[in-house]
Amino acid sequence: MTEDLHDVRLIVNGVHRELRVPARRLLSDALRHDLGLTGTHVGCEHGVCGACTVLVDGAPVRACLLFAVTLDGHEVTTVEGLTRDDGSLGPVQQAFAECHGLQCGFCTPGFLTTITAGIRANPDPTHEEAREIVAGNLCRCTGYQNIVAAVERAAEIAREDVPGDVPAPASPPQDGQLGVEDRTEDQATTGLGG
Amino acid sequence: MKPAPFAYVRPGTLAEAVAALAADPGAKVLAGGQSLVPLLNMRLAAPTALVDINAIPGLDEITAEAGGVRIGALVRHAAVLASPLVRRVQPLLHLALDNVAHATIRNRGTTVGSLVHADAAGEMPVVLRLLGGSLDVVGPDGPRTIPVEELYVGPLESTVRHDEVAVSAFVPGLAAHAGVAFEELARRQGDYALAGVAAVVEGDVVRAGFLSVSDLPTVVDLSGVAAEDMADLALASLDPVGDIHASADYRAQLVRVMTPRVVATAREHARTRTQGGTR
Ligand SMILES: Cc1cc2nc3c(=O)[nH]c(=O)nc-3n(C[C@H](O)[C@H](O)[C@H](O)COP(=O)(O)OP(=O)(O)OC[C@H]3O[C@@H](n4cnc5c(N)ncnc54)[C@H](O)[C@@H]3O)c2cc1C
Ligand code: FES
Ligand code: FES
Repeated sequence: MTEDLHDVRLIVNGVHRELRVPARRLLSDALRHDLGLTGTHVGCEHGVCGACTVLVDGAPVRACLLFAVTLDGHEVTTVEGLTRDDGSLGPVQQAFAECHGLQCGFCTPGFLTTITAGIRANPDPTHEEAREIVAGNLCRCTGYQNIVAAVERAAEIAREDVPGDVPAPASPPQDGQLGVEDRTEDQATTGLGG
Repeated sequence: MKPAPFAYVRPGTLAEAVAALAADPGAKVLAGGQSLVPLLNMRLAAPTALVDINAIPGLDEITAEAGGVRIGALVRHAAVLASPLVRRVQPLLHLALDNVAHATIRNRGTTVGSLVHADAAGEMPVVLRLLGGSLDVVGPDGPRTIPVEELYVGPLESTVRHDEVAVSAFVPGLAAHAGVAFEELARRQGDYALAGVAAVVEGDVVRAGFLSVSDLPTVVDLSGVAAEDMADLALASLDPVGDIHASADYRAQLVRVMTPRVVATAREHARTRTQGGTR
């Protein structure tokens, strides 16, 4: 069987991207293999570990449970899109560095995206709420204490941040036309790692 | 692992979706994908085609209806959980949804998809069974309503036919003087329950629903039964199954501990609502 290919337009970290993929291409694989954005990690590939979590139209979702073809016209934010405009670490990334929120780093991209959305929804979480924000992500190294501390620290940094400095929350999705300004390829791929 | 190849269609109308399903006996509906895609990734299922219903307009609404609330097929768990209407009309749905998966999964998974998926370890099938709701579907012969008593026939098996699309679920509201409660034990909040109990108390009528105990969502009438006898009566209708997460004995023990406690909480809820509160 020769597989049909589908044209898919995505706005990834503010950049319009076009790809041609079979229907079974998972969003996680489209990002890593087709677009070279290997910051999104793949652990379990059945929704349990959270390593692949990205933001679609601003909301955290499992990239391993979505087919790229279903997202034509939508906006995706990966870990590469969490840095500030000047390429320095965003609030959640900075908090992870300060609080030692990672060891091997495999789970980290999924935590960073999840927490970015979590503190946007709840800018001043209690300790319990901070735990709740990361309850759906697994980490095999840290024992979670420093990750929870990083959630609280990230919220603090984001609150102190000059307005407009934080990566802006995605505008509500509108099929096709998404009010996102184009950025050049170069800027969008800075911070591409591991 | 990766899914096996499949054809993909994204119809813009219900009629086209039904036609696409009818044309290919190996086709399956794709809603939120939070149960289906893991099965595809693990190659436990290999449909020849996926009919993505996400572009069909009009299926993403929660509406008040006489006697209850209607939930469209594309309403995500997260939207149902956040709905003040749902919370007011049927608090049990809200209580149970808080235990369905993690927030990230709830952003995508649909409540109707959960009902069709018919997992006895899921919260939604047993809640609908306990409340006596129904599912509206559309197939090649037109629409029909499936009462929840006729919906579940086996493990992961519902009476929704292969060429039917579920369009909405009707969830009855809570009577003014009735009370509800829900409790489950999971290894982490948001994981599938090792066992769970939901209860509705209305006057002398006491009913409890059990999830993740037997391989079907099961409801037991506990009216007039003393607290200490409830678990025995419930276990007579249940057939606890053991798996890597919990042994059958442990599940039975959870039923013993939780059943009287959940019924007592539902009674207390009914008492506070009767005393003028609306919560
Ligand atoms: C990590 C993880 C944890 C989870 N934990 C829980 C939990 O604790 N409790 C729980 O209840 N669930 C849990 N889930 C499952 C989740 O609730 C799913 O969202 C839900 O079961 C299915 O809804 P869906 O929209 O994703 O359906 P899909 O995955 O798209 O479909 C599931 C099945 O139903 C069929 N279907 C779906 N919608 C329709 C329709 N409208 N008409 C006809 N057929 C349809 C599909 O063909 C498929 O066979 C979990 C999932 C994951 C990945
Ligand atoms: S890789 Fe997606 S949740 Fe584990
Ligand atoms: S830092 Fe190694 S898995 Fe989390």
